[in-house]
Amino acid sequence: MNPITGADYVRILPEIILTAFGIAVMVADPLLAPKSSRKPLGVLALIGSIAAAMATVWQSNFTGDAFSHMIAVNSFSIFFHLLIALIVIVVILASYEYLDVQHINLGEYYGLILFGAVGMMLMSSATELVLIFIALEISSIATYVLAGFRRKFASSSESSLKYFLLGSFATAFFLYGIALMFGATGSTNITEIATALRGGNTGVLAYVAIALMFVGIGFKIAAAPFHVWTPDVYEGAPAPIVGLMSTAPKAAAFAVLLRILFAAASADAFHSAWFWLVWVSAALSMTLGNVGALVQNNMKRLLAYSSIAHAGYLLVAFLGPATGPENGISAAIFYTASYAAMNVGAFCIVSHLAGDGERYVTLDDYAGLSQRSPWLAAMLSIFMLSLIGIPLTGGFFAKYYVFNAALHANLVGLTVIGMINSAIAAYYYLRVIVVMYMQESKTDAPVLPVPASLGVAVILSAAATLYLGIWPQRVLDYAVRSAHDLMR
Amino acid sequence: MTMDNTILTLVAFVPLAGALLLLLFPRNDNAIRWGALAISLLTFVLSLHLPFHFDNSKVGFQFSVDHSWIGSPNIRYHLGVDGISLWLVLLTTFLVPLSVLISWHSVHDRVKEFFALLLVLETAMLGVFLSLDMFLFYVFWEATLIPMALLIGIWGHERRVYAAVKFFLYTMVASVFMLAAIIWLYVHAGSFDYATIRTKLATGEIALGGNAALWLFLGFFIAFAVKVPIFPLHTWLPDAHVEAPTAGSVLLAGVLLKMGTYGLLRFNVALFPDEARRHAPWIVALAIIGIIYGALVAMVQPNLKKLIAYSSVSHLGFCVLGIFTFTAMGTDGAVYQMLNHGVSTGALFMLAGMLYERRHTYEISEFGGLATPMPIYATFFLLITLSSIGLPLLNGFVGEFLVLNGAFQAKALFGVLAATGVIWSACYMLWMYQRVFYGQVTVPVNNTLPDANLRERIALWPTVVFALVMGVASSLWMNAIDPAVRAAIPPAAHGMEAAQKQAAASGHSRPDAVRNEKKSFEVSSR
Repeated sequence: MNPITGADYVRILPEIILTAFGIAVMVADPLLAPKSSRKPLGVLALIGSIAAAMATVWQSNFTGDAFSHMIAVNSFSIFFHLLIALIVIVVILASYEYLDVQHINLGEYYGLILFGAVGMMLMSSATELVLIFIALEISSIATYVLAGFRRKFASSSESSLKYFLLGSFATAFFLYGIALMFGATGSTNITEIATALRGGNTGVLAYVAIALMFVGIGFKIAAAPFHVWTPDVYEGAPAPIVGLMSTAPKAAAFAVLLRILFAAASADAFHSAWFWLVWVSAALSMTLGNVGALVQNNMKRLLAYSSIAHAGYLLVAFLGPATGPENGISAAIFYTASYAAMNVGAFCIVSHLAGDGERYVTLDDYAGLSQRSPWLAAMLSIFMLSLIGIPLTGGFFAKYYVFNAALHANLVGLTVIGMINSAIAAYYYLRVIVVMYMQESKTDAPVLPVPASLGVAVILSAAATLYLGIWPQRVLDYAVRSAHDLMR
Repeated sequence: MTMDNTILTLVAFVPLAGALLLLLFPRNDNAIRWGALAISLLTFVLSLHLPFHFDNSKVGFQFSVDHSWIGSPNIRYHLGVDGISLWLVLLTTFLVPLSVLISWHSVHDRVKEFFALLLVLETAMLGVFLSLDMFLFYVFWEATLIPMALLIGIWGHERRVYAAVKFFLYTMVASVFMLAAIIWLYVHAGSFDYATIRTKLATGEIALGGNAALWLFLGFFIAFAVKVPIFPLHTWLPDAHVEAPTAGSVLLAGVLLKMGTYGLLRFNVALFPDEARRHAPWIVALAIIGIIYGALVAMVQPNLKKLIAYSSVSHLGFCVLGIFTFTAMGTDGAVYQMLNHGVSTGALFMLAGMLYERRHTYEISEFGGLATPMPIYATFFLLITLSSIGLPLLNGFVGEFLVLNGAFQAKALFGVLAATGVIWSACYMLWMYQRVFYGQVTVPVNNTLPDANLRERIALWPTVVFALVMGVASSLWMNAIDPAVRAAIPPAAHGMEAAQKQAAASGHSRPDAVRNEKKSFEVSSR
């Protein structure tokens, strides 16, 4: 046991800040009149998440391990911390208007977002399976509750309950995997597990442990065949929360998966063991996600299936080389950022257009949007084009790096599957653009002015999407450094 | 910073900057129309710098700009023109102002968006012809897709959405294969640079083991074949043309289709000469089928626009045929035919659009005897019709003659079959002209149709002038085209005699050819 120093606390400073602001939001909530808007609390939460983002940037001066090697602060953790903080900022900005329109006057909403973010951030920096598990639980429980926040609607409660039951089931798998891994290697620390696994003599137990942990994480990232919950949960949950949970906890779960598969189990014997697991899951996710999305008429369900497909593309990156300049890890890291930018942006617009009771979420409600709100239509088109993977958007380079990594590992078959899937996907994303631009308006939805907070959220997301598509270099460089730090 | 290394950037991006400027305009339709016209004319004037300063005696690319854009993958902003792309760039900048003029009154809904998209499309099209970095090429290639699909889908006719989606998906799916081929080349060459990759392929530095060459060739071929379009991948074209607004049709036929033939020449033939030769028989067969089939289908069309669309399938068949004869003459003809087709078919679509503005129909049976109420219009139409069917002294003749000449050199049968296409085109065009313009006015309302007005005449005059000048003074264009074509098709391909001569002189022709080629690119990359 190393003594705990001040630097140790700096290494969890973003988490501390978010927790403190979360508590402050909860404490301040009863002070506001029961039926009044919770916007002041949102502002508080926003300040907290901006502070956390700044603390994360400051953390880069304090890289290293903390709390007896339970936490590792390096480029890898900083990348995900910053990504999660930025997603939270955008989601909070998009929530101001949404909560007022839906008449949800509950301050816990913002508190839970912050607490959830604490869990997600810890997931990306924890190097100890038990701590990862705790972080996973913190993040999951917060999202379970958030999914049910439209309390007056059965679909929201269904969403919450479904997510909770299946989620706990999956977490149990993950926990079981940890237990077996402890049995096989005598440790729950990633570094020690890696040493033990490299030494061999761990028996069949370690293989089962990795498979079980993959099931647990597979659920969180909505990878096939653990994806069936996604459309229902996304359909019922509040739209900004879907934007959050389709990106931030997913990014965190991908960070955990990267850590388990590459930092712990990259020894040759294990690589070939999980290789096919990931291969099959990636191929299934891409195909089932895209084919499922083809027939959707509800924007939230469409984006839910699309998120399954994108988890599949992301998993392809796991099969790329672990080292070298064009490795799979950095491709995966870049993808999480790029996917977050475009998907959160899309959900910001979905939550603005949803209206009271989320009545306007079908594609028909988007008909003629280019006439009613030309700027929103243009922004949503950018996100859709990026989701297709058209050049000059972040989605293109994300896919490019992933398939490039796969080709470096000679995975021609999987690359072909992925490319065919990209072509299929073009159809349903394009449908959204077609509906917005080429059909006459047939909805009775009122044209609401875009509030400043939402405008900022959308513009931030669009700017990030285009930035990653036009100047991807800096983010990619950082992703490469992160990959290097992860493998050290 | 001299004019020579900024001119291409200016030409390519003035339209885009103009489009952004238009978005800031107030919603005053007339101001936007004049603004779009001014921007497109400015682009045309800027592009005129190129032919006047282009050095015909130099082989390789001129006016090059080359900057690093993205480090990993190593993508460069590398533009340049040679004698082939030079004229395609001019064709583009020439047709866009005409498209603006022709849309003056026919577009009255969302005018600002229309002209902005038209200008964005211009930048994308110019980028395709100018890019010397394969990745950049792909970016521009895909970028043409979105504005075009929107132009068709928003301002088109009844079945516009169907046509727009079909157009988008056909091209998008096909270009995924090209992207795969480009990435494969990058992985093996470490560069997207066109000249570098071509040199490395020619010297064998990129090992094309197994079926790699075949897959690469097909990857590029599918993307370009859809765009040209080569039979049987042409089915998107009649839909897109018929449903598109007039300006969309003009640019689709005038420029976008040329991107396909340009790609075939620039990538399929120049990068993979051996594969191109191996596959030439069936490609030529498809081209000839396209020539004859397109003409026969055009003949039975009751719809004027569809007739012109199918005639494009037929005319583009000539371009493909010319390229895959591997003769300098045939390829010269193919490039010249690209320009001709741009001028004459562009003009035909403009003329059809004028008729539509007056009667809101393209049905040939709705017309008849139009020469009486609209004599000036009928004269323009006749000149363009004659240019399209290749009457001597007009531009179409030069291109078709060279292509057929090349085809006869390659194989007499090709020439014979393709030559029937000339006859067919005379049949369907003249028969159409007769039904629309001669005889008595059959539908009374046609008696009251106004003749071509000043704006329409201003839009038509340049095409007629070029149809004539290109017919009598082809050397003005050919002097630049020919050296570039000879550099693009491999030395062994200068007709069969040249190959035999070279083989006799050196014993075996390939290594020499390779060395020459390498030298010429070293010179040009300076």
